[in-house]
Amino acid sequence: MNGSDEIILRVRRFDGTREWWQSYQIGLTGVTSVLDLLNKVREEKDHTLAFRQSCHMGTCGSCGMVINGKPRLACQTNISELDAGVVNVEPMHNSPVIKDLVVGLDSLIENHKKVKPYIIRGKKEEIFYAPREFEVTQEGTTQFLQFDYCIMCNLCISACPTVTIDPLFLGPQALGQAFRYLADPRDEGWAERLELVDDDHGIWRCHFAGACSYVCPKDVDPAKAIQLMKKELLKKRLLIRRGKKGAEITEPLQPHFTEEKLTAAPPLDFKRGD
Amino acid sequence: MTEVMDFDVVIVGSGLAGLRAALQIMKNDEGKLGIRVAIISKLYLMRSHSVSAEGGTSAVLYPEEGDSMELYAWDTIKGSDFLADQDVVWRFVNLATDEIRLLERIGLPWNRRKDGKIEQRWFGGLSFPRATYAQDKSGFFMMRALYDTLLQYDNWERFDEYFVTSMVIEGGKFKGFTAIELKTGKMVFFKGKAGIIATGGNGQLWRITATASSTTGDGYGIAYMAGLPLEDMEFVQFHPTGLVPKGLLITEAARGEGGYLINAEGERFMKRYAPSKMELAPRDIVSRAEMMEIAQGRAATDKVSGLAHLWIDLRHLGKEKIEKKLPMIRELGLKNLGIDLAEAPLPVRPTAHYTMGGIRTDIDGKVLNDGHGSVDGLWAAGESACVSVHGSNRLGSNSTIECLVYGAIVGDGIYKYLEQHRDKDTALPKERVDSEENRIFNGILGKESGGEDVYQIKNELKDTMESNVHVYRTEEGLRTALVKIQELKKRYRNIRVDDHRPTLNYNLQHALELGFMLEQAEVVTMGAYLRKESRGAHARLDYKVRDDQHWLVHSLAWYTPEGPQFKYIPVNITMWKPVARVY
Repeated sequence: MNGSDEIILRVRRFDGTREWWQSYQIGLTGVTSVLDLLNKVREEKDHTLAFRQSCHMGTCGSCGMVINGKPRLACQTNISELDAGVVNVEPMHNSPVIKDLVVGLDSLIENHKKVKPYIIRGKKEEIFYAPREFEVTQEGTTQFLQFDYCIMCNLCISACPTVTIDPLFLGPQALGQAFRYLADPRDEGWAERLELVDDDHGIWRCHFAGACSYVCPKDVDPAKAIQLMKKELLKKRLLIRRGKKGAEITEPLQPHFTEEKLTAAPPLDFKRGD
Repeated sequence: MTEVMDFDVVIVGSGLAGLRAALQIMKNDEGKLGIRVAIISKLYLMRSHSVSAEGGTSAVLYPEEGDSMELYAWDTIKGSDFLADQDVVWRFVNLATDEIRLLERIGLPWNRRKDGKIEQRWFGGLSFPRATYAQDKSGFFMMRALYDTLLQYDNWERFDEYFVTSMVIEGGKFKGFTAIELKTGKMVFFKGKAGIIATGGNGQLWRITATASSTTGDGYGIAYMAGLPLEDMEFVQFHPTGLVPKGLLITEAARGEGGYLINAEGERFMKRYAPSKMELAPRDIVSRAEMMEIAQGRAATDKVSGLAHLWIDLRHLGKEKIEKKLPMIRELGLKNLGIDLAEAPLPVRPTAHYTMGGIRTDIDGKVLNDGHGSVDGLWAAGESACVSVHGSNRLGSNSTIECLVYGAIVGDGIYKYLEQHRDKDTALPKERVDSEENRIFNGILGKESGGEDVYQIKNELKDTMESNVHVYRTEEGLRTALVKIQELKKRYRNIRVDDHRPTLNYNLQHALELGFMLEQAEVVTMGAYLRKESRGAHARLDYKVRDDQHWLVHSLAWYTPEGPQFKYIPVNITMWKPVARVY
């Protein structure tokens, strides 16, 4: 299609009480993505249209919505790839709609927090006071890297049939992140994190529809993370594995912000850099 | 009646600087004083624009391999065209190392060498490859690690989607921020013993920009309208490789890994401008070279947008290296233009990227109210602050590390401050909060009909800045821009908001942002108009050389109803006197 073409954008709107579909006809000049289209409509046709956005490059996770039936990031969905004269956009499923395309994310935030998404160490002070980095190889990093791409866009939750049935389900985002830290060679929270997901509303609730991985815009593959975590859980239950020793730092701990580092600069022309 | 949220520390902005400051306070406290921190974002906390930082962040990690603090400091100061405060730079480079390693220990997947050490690569203007990186998603992974790590602490509260409208300072002391809770449309007063402004930069002033739609420079507006000076705002970084047409960022690491810049004639044109560093000259120099190639007719033209552009060519790097070290920019090319940079060059041109100036602070990140005194209880960090590490031109790989170093310094300083200030301040600046409520809800939202359109004014502003306050500047262009900005400011007084629902009123938010943007645009443009020399990112076609005799000074701008008032103060030169800047 060329710049002079027009397109119909249909938006499922909500104002707190009323829900309706609204259509806008608009030219495609300067428009690449669905997010461009929404911005153009908001600027030129309807200043009241509500949607979230920020980075425009698929990294901040703000603009998740259901586009022509599929949960997607609006900034990463080009009009041309939709191959349709009408673009239908709706708010994400499985989350309460606040206004138009904006949904509440409380359960995303809470479930993510529940799985202890941070490096757990036997000696916590190592985190802040070790004098150098942990000994980790590129291969060690690869164990969890894919699962660290999560931008918390909520699309996997929108797609997950289990979340629809069980509102208490931890959900693909949080489970994926549980595995991200579980697989990290620096982490020692293996047992306590597995206990958190070993629950009727945790990992066993997933019936492997795989919708989460299908819609993930960053290829995180939460379904795979859940399967791999089931394997770890079996090892734990069968007492094949009892815990995990993280990567080491053997040097003594030392304080940050030493006086030496905060002192004034050396005298003028003490050493020419180039 | 406005709701009051009472905290020890109120942090505005949840990017790297804000989150790093919060972590430092949590780490220092560990329940000792029971300090309570509020983190406010107009987005969600993990969505700040820091996530878009790509190619890497500098620090001296392995001095035994040839790098040194002196070399890092020299690169930064020479890169700044000698406008950086050298005492600040020295502290900054010395604290950077610990930050890289701390971020590693809280989970960041830095790329590793075969021997397990953290990998580093070249960036523009460096004398040693010291940009540490995690693929080309370094900022994203830093944000993830900090955000996740904060989740293990209980003594902070998040305020997602609150828009701060103003700051209250009384008797030289910070009191708090007024904000609108976007979900309800209600005004809230965040009362704090200490405040941090960490709201990032203002790339949205330009039409072609690499920065998120959230980067409207609200913190500059908040501080400026509260009567505090903004420093060196005329220095704006245009990144040389913005993807045509929108300006999305193609990381400098693309050149760090060996990418070429070529013109329409297939020539590596940087040989004319920086024969020794070539594509790895600092950003101001490369952006000028591109604009010169465009002006002299050696650029290509984008068929759809009509924009003139150069090419970045990475084909010779090979798919494997690109996939391992630069996967995101490959995705950007594919998603936006359908071009695979492993197989074809990408069209690029300068794109608005970074604000060197900002809220004036001392070496500890405390906000200064003039050349001498500081505001009691107020700090600023990251891109919103001007300490000044970057002077008139920031080196690539020095922004996210500044957020970490200064986030940590500020967090540490605030903790020490709170140890001394345990008393409770119960007074509320009620009148001030009421008048802010009146300004917004009656003055802007209350207007029934007529008036000026928010997006119309915003677009005229962006076009004006793009045409006249760009890489190259002239007196005539700057004067044209000033006249236009003053006209837009006048029209803004009659601004109209069409959405009258309280819930998620983005139209109102955009109107408030636009108010801040117009003030900043005037400061940037006036500062550029007054500075009659070329230094770093400020290049005047009518004053082509650096003039250390008259202009080796920082600019400070204060708000007045008639427009900004300027004053100039000396640069702290403690190590190296300025020399010619050749690459």
